[in-house]
Amino acid sequence: MKGKHALASANFAVAIIAFGLAACLAVLQSLSIADISFPMRREDLYYLSVTAHGVLMAIVFTTFFIMGLGYLIAREALGRLAAVRTAWCGFAVATVGTVITAGTILAGKASVLYTFYPPLQAHPAFYIGATLLVVGSWVWGGVMIASYRSWRRDHPDTPVPLAVHGILTTVIIWFLATFGLAVEVVGMLIPWSLGLVEKIDPLVARTFFWWFGHPLVYFWLVPTYVLWYTIMPKVAGGRLFSDPLARMVFVLFILFSTPVGFHHQFADPGIGAGWKLLHTFTTYAVLYPSFVTAFTIIASMEVAGRMKGAKGLFDWIGKLPWGDPFFASVGLAMLTFAFGGFGGAINAAYAMNAMVHNTAWIQAHLHLTVGTTVALSFMGAAYYFLPRITGRELRLAPLAKIQPYLWFLGMALFSTSYHIAGLRGLPRRVYSASLLGDEMGAQWATLTKIGAVGGVVLFVSSLCFLLVVATTWTTGRRTQVEAIEFAQPLAPVERRGIWDRLGMWTAVAIGLIIIAYGYPLVSMLSHERFGSPGFVPF
Amino acid sequence: MRVDLYEKIWMGVAAALIVIFLAAIVVAAGAYAIHPQSHVETIDPTTVLEDPEFGNPGVAIQPDGSVVVTLVAEMFFFDPDPIEVPAGRPVTFRLTSPDVIHGFEIVGTNANTMVIPGYVSEFTMSFAEPGEHLVVCNEYCGLLHHNMVGKLIVQEVGE
Repeated sequence: MKGKHALASANFAVAIIAFGLAACLAVLQSLSIADISFPMRREDLYYLSVTAHGVLMAIVFTTFFIMGLGYLIAREALGRLAAVRTAWCGFAVATVGTVITAGTILAGKASVLYTFYPPLQAHPAFYIGATLLVVGSWVWGGVMIASYRSWRRDHPDTPVPLAVHGILTTVIIWFLATFGLAVEVVGMLIPWSLGLVEKIDPLVARTFFWWFGHPLVYFWLVPTYVLWYTIMPKVAGGRLFSDPLARMVFVLFILFSTPVGFHHQFADPGIGAGWKLLHTFTTYAVLYPSFVTAFTIIASMEVAGRMKGAKGLFDWIGKLPWGDPFFASVGLAMLTFAFGGFGGAINAAYAMNAMVHNTAWIQAHLHLTVGTTVALSFMGAAYYFLPRITGRELRLAPLAKIQPYLWFLGMALFSTSYHIAGLRGLPRRVYSASLLGDEMGAQWATLTKIGAVGGVVLFVSSLCFLLVVATTWTTGRRTQVEAIEFAQPLAPVERRGIWDRLGMWTAVAIGLIIIAYGYPLVSMLSHERFGSPGFVPF
Repeated sequence: MRVDLYEKIWMGVAAALIVIFLAAIVVAAGAYAIHPQSHVETIDPTTVLEDPEFGNPGVAIQPDGSVVVTLVAEMFFFDPDPIEVPAGRPVTFRLTSPDVIHGFEIVGTNANTMVIPGYVSEFTMSFAEPGEHLVVCNEYCGLLHHNMVGKLIVQEVGE
């Protein structure tokens, strides 16, 4: 591949292929849960498919898309990319790792879900491939920082462009998060799966997994916010309402995204209640930057509407470009996030969590947040960036226009019915919601069938997206390349401020992680522990 | 940093909202003692089935009238099943697993905990009304995870 966005294109391509595979599996899962039969509906294939869907969507699609976005933004906003050759090596390592991990799952050797909690034991290739993927992403993070340093040498006093501020935030969160993952996978799972050590402590492994698992959410969300803050206001025809507050939001994510993992372990034994309460506090703190974002983004939309001549209280909403696939995606993604965010506040509520823990409610929640807020924003971004990096006109434009609305509709059906089923007690990730024909299954049956209708609508929406992308990329009419333009703030930032001192904030974040995890880990490791051998019940 | 007046108001409201949420949680935890299961006790998972306590799972009535349910969650069943407990009395559940991680959820109640090999989960609750509840494993534990269901029967206590 040639051209200044070759690296970004390559990363986007892997992301979209992973998305396509995972979308095909998802629709079958929604049918299986609802007890709708189809050829090849089998228990082993269901759990294999849940594992593949989780890994391909939550890890591969997001990570590659975000890496592509980082490369693209560095090129556009900094006018440079450091160490391009190294970056290609990182891409190769990550891609090989992905192929190894995906192959191991599809071969039926790793149906351990994307949380891979031991003592469920996958084939070592699963863990080794995942490690390579993460190592490749570390190379990306290094290239991002090197590109920024190179730009900084030439611009000693200019504040870093907001989009790059957000990407650097993403990189910092990723390094803090994947430290926990590396301890779990390299330090515990790989030696155990190779038989070098006999036993593993499942609780310690889970704790390191969730050290990674929650900041992972902000690794997805911050780049999404970058699109909302820096591209959306421009597409809407307006300006960014406040630039310094966007920087504050990013810094708050650096501080509070990691020391929160126990809110995924509220129901775990072996962790004292006081520490779970502390993580509740930090989890609520991390809600705050999203509240601020809601104001800034909606205010930016209002600015756009008024610049187009809207007068009354709500006229500006109608003046926005709802027919533009990027704008529609982002607008619907934001609307969805209001519901996803409030659901998240319930999940994080210390005691109330017991009502929803590990039920279908959680599936519904994460399909609103990562499955729509993040994924739909990324799909919208593909419609925006693809013509600009390939120099080709968007093909099948009508499909692109309706696709975000279809996604929204499908997710509304799926998510609403699964939220309700979860509140009534349906466990998440079951091959069949009838659970051995218990009478409870009857009341779940209607809800899961509505969910399956949602699944089919989402599948159609995915096909529309894939068709538009594939045809644009291969046969789109060559045209004058439009520039990628970042939104201007209402009041430009002229000097570097407190929110630009990312190194200092990273140090504070490490301090918070030590406070939140230091004592609980020491205490966990000082109990008399026995450890578990591996099990392969799939 | 110049911040617009409306945005300042919103930032204040959002901060107040978070403080109210947290206050509700702290009051529930402090005044009503509503906590998630957070018992700290370890056990060798490879010898659970020979353990004096977990080797004979079941329901035991203590001299003071309280009830202890000792329960083993295994691939792919709960032992004992059904669990029979009296209504209106404190019931303490003690759970562990000899194999992989399981979940223990009594549908229609807020009894919902992880069962992690090597650790004992423990919580106490009471069931006001007699009746039957479905018990499900809500953590993926292998090929027949969805078949891992049980029953909890709450019985009327005659005086």
